[in-house]
Amino acid sequence: MNNYLELKFMSIGENEAFARNAVASFVLGLNPTLEEISDIKTAISEAVTNSVVHGYNESKEGEILIKVSIVERLVVIEVRDYGIGIDDVEKAKQPFYTTKKEDERSGMGFTIMECLMDKLQINSSGDGTVLSMQKEICK
Amino acid sequence: MKLNVAIEKNVLIFGLYGELDSHTYENIRADMDTSICRYKYDKVIFDFTNLTFMDSTGIGMLIGRYKILKGLQKPCYILNANRSITKILQMSGVFTIIRHIENKGEIV
Repeated sequence: MNNYLELKFMSIGENEAFARNAVASFVLGLNPTLEEISDIKTAISEAVTNSVVHGYNESKEGEILIKVSIVERLVVIEVRDYGIGIDDVEKAKQPFYTTKKEDERSGMGFTIMECLMDKLQINSSGDGTVLSMQKEICK
Repeated sequence: MKLNVAIEKNVLIFGLYGELDSHTYENIRADMDTSICRYKYDKVIFDFTNLTFMDSTGIGMLIGRYKILKGLQKPCYILNANRSITKILQMSGVFTIIRHIENKGEIV
């Protein structure tokens, strides 16, 4: 099965639940296990939270774009924002590293995305951030 | 996301319902901290029986509450986290500081 989906929405916290549940519904056609669906939901939630909280600094004025492609049994997800970008990607990827400790942010977002998905790639500049993730859904 | 606060014997129980993310957490954080200060109890349980989804927000929440409760010398426990939530908590080492229990009777 080949298929794709594009979602564009306002960068507000309310949309975290919408985004993860929309992507999860889209992937259901592949008959994933509960665990696989849950892994994808969590990774999307982390990515969208990053854009809302860090990319746009909770200004609620940005836009977030999610593209999902299904190629055979491979789910390819791109989460894009046009926010401030990540200064030091390697540092941001370290477990428990956070720039917002006072907010009780755990600093585990990228670690979780890396563990739950098969592949994670981060491209960031002053014009925004693109996270590309992949996960193969088992037969 | 809904938070239910109860006291059973000497145990303060936070029952979490629904999906916990950075947005929904804002609605329950103040209630949790008020309850921690207001009530008299010896132990705290975070009851995850009805928590259907949690992202890394939950890690921040648990580590933050653990630090407060440690200062008050009150041990805390996680009750009945589902498989996906357990996976995330294991990944972040939360179970090395907060024990996972399957039965309230172990504590209450």
